[in-house]
Amino acid sequence: MLKKKKIADFGQLLIPLVALAILIIFNLFRDLSFFSIGMKVNNSGNIVLTGNLISIIDSASELAIIAMGMTLVTAACGGQDISVGAVGAISGAVFVKVLQGMGNITVGTVILAFLLCCLATICFKLFNGTLVAVFKIQPMIATLILYSCGRSIAYWINGDATPQLNSPVISSLGMTIPGIPVPTPIFAVLFVGLLLFLAFKFTSLSLYTQSVGINKGAARLNGINPTLIQLLSFVLLGVCVAVAGVIGVCRLGQLNHKTLLVDIEMDAILAVAIGGNNLGGGKFKLSGSILGAYIIQMLTTTLYAMKVAPVNIKAYKAIVIIIIVVAGSPVVKSKVTALVNKIRTERRASTIQKGVS
Amino acid sequence: MRKTIALLLTLVMAFALVGGSVAHADDLIKVGIINLDPSESGYRQANVKNLTDTFTKENGYDATFVTAPTADKQLEAAKGFITAGVEYILVSAAETTGWDDVLEEAQEAGIKVFLFDRMIDCDPSLYTAAVVSDMRSEGETAVAWLESLKLDEYKILHIQGQLGSAAQIGRSDPLTEKCEAEANWTIVREGTGGDSWDPNEARKIAEAAIDAGEEFNIVYAENDGMADGVVAALDAKGITHGTKGDVIVMGFDCNKWALEKLLAGEWNYDGQCSPFQAGVIDEMIKTLEAGGEIEGLNELNQIISVEKGFDATTITQEDIDTYGL
Repeated sequence: MLKKKKIADFGQLLIPLVALAILIIFNLFRDLSFFSIGMKVNNSGNIVLTGNLISIIDSASELAIIAMGMTLVTAACGGQDISVGAVGAISGAVFVKVLQGMGNITVGTVILAFLLCCLATICFKLFNGTLVAVFKIQPMIATLILYSCGRSIAYWINGDATPQLNSPVISSLGMTIPGIPVPTPIFAVLFVGLLLFLAFKFTSLSLYTQSVGINKGAARLNGINPTLIQLLSFVLLGVCVAVAGVIGVCRLGQLNHKTLLVDIEMDAILAVAIGGNNLGGGKFKLSGSILGAYIIQMLTTTLYAMKVAPVNIKAYKAIVIIIIVVAGSPVVKSKVTALVNKIRTERRASTIQKGVS
Repeated sequence: MRKTIALLLTLVMAFALVGGSVAHADDLIKVGIINLDPSESGYRQANVKNLTDTFTKENGYDATFVTAPTADKQLEAAKGFITAGVEYILVSAAETTGWDDVLEEAQEAGIKVFLFDRMIDCDPSLYTAAVVSDMRSEGETAVAWLESLKLDEYKILHIQGQLGSAAQIGRSDPLTEKCEAEANWTIVREGTGGDSWDPNEARKIAEAAIDAGEEFNIVYAENDGMADGVVAALDAKGITHGTKGDVIVMGFDCNKWALEKLLAGEWNYDGQCSPFQAGVIDEMIKTLEAGGEIEGLNELNQIISVEKGFDATTITQEDIDTYGL
């Protein structure tokens, strides 16, 4: 019984793992140097790691972080929050506003600004959460409001088109800390991942979220408060969005309300889907979504490496993603399982026949 | 109760009517201004602010502002202004083509059109005057500056602006023409920041080029934000840039922060693009209202803003204070 459960668990990750393996093998055959990693010294005198692999893991950071939060909301509410990009822009705007207001940029002020960022995004996400959990509005409709006005709010908070933040602290956060060649955003992913992992390990949050997602009524009868769990998922998503927004700002040291984390909601939902999670809520696996995020980025980087023009990349990406999602769909899955079973029984039948003759 | 409410409502409506007619009786000049989204760039923000500061009630204008990032929304706004019966329309067009019909309509309605910042591809008789930057000359100045460096080889990473905009075409053409004419000038990779001149997109294009092993010694980015995006990629990939580095960084618009990077030697060149056209247009409208004629236009009905290019080795703090946006 235990063994069976393990295989079923692995089944969810099967498609993304296969997709990742195919991408790796494809690149191995295409160009071995794709995997080479180098070390260089940049303008500010810091040693940095370079190479496609570093690019992939680094660039996917915001997506991976938001995908984690999106997985929780998806599992608990059976729908997606499409306002993550816009609220990410608000997060960036608050971050810049606070730092500009305080005048100087030090580690202390950056931490304070980040905490205020979290507070702001949590408030906005609670607004979404209230509409979904209390007023029972479909998540996509409820979050459509902030999706369409979030960037205007970000602009209104800051009132400046492309404010700049020039400080070694900011570039340490967005690029590398002097002396550590690994890009800092990667640590942010590890940090958020670890935080959620510990939360799941030491509380029953994961189980509660799943049961609310599968059947709210049944969860309530078992003493779980579905409204609270759904709101909590939005709060956690808020924290993820705050982190992603701050990383986005620190990467360039400037804020552009219109383009910060633009279109990331679509990629985040895709990452959740590629990870084999049910977009209708219920059972979920964070590792699947994280894997999904890196697959999307690896695909993009591979296409860039093949010198596909940036304008055409979305089209190629779409083709590959359709294949992955269709391969993971219930219809294909059941057909494949049926086929495998059929082959097995036929083989068994033939061996029995052979034994008889 | 109901009667009181009805009475109140009637009163409110009556006041609204009176108020409306009072405003109408004022001698304000009705102006419709169509611009691009201020969050696009520091340039656009300075431009929008310049216009809103100039076309005020105190200055004798009843101005309506529309900021739209795309051509279709801008055309819609223009049609709205024609129906509303404004006296002047001011346009900075998202795209250079597709304006003929609307401009003809405006002309038939007796509305005078001024173009600012960006040219439109149409017969010059369709607009009264165009107060613009000569984007092509901005591009030519930048290319001439590059040529003056006398490098052995010019391997260029070219980041274009919003494709089809006058700024993009004017800044791109001199470079592409030079690269076609000279054997040692090559464009290693060409990409675009898209309709919003996206710095993050620029960063991705640069990272992709570096990861693909493409070597370049010049970054020609068509605005400051995108140049900054490329520089972030260079820093992440350990490629040195600026006056003491391997890669020459060029930007446009002359934002204050960009000029400061020039002064610090992190960038090499920044081309100016003046966003202050409101004063000139204001003066021209006042001349027309007084029954005068506009003077100093060229054969394309243009007034060209004078613009410079700044070099990291010669820029001073004074330049930053005077020309920085």
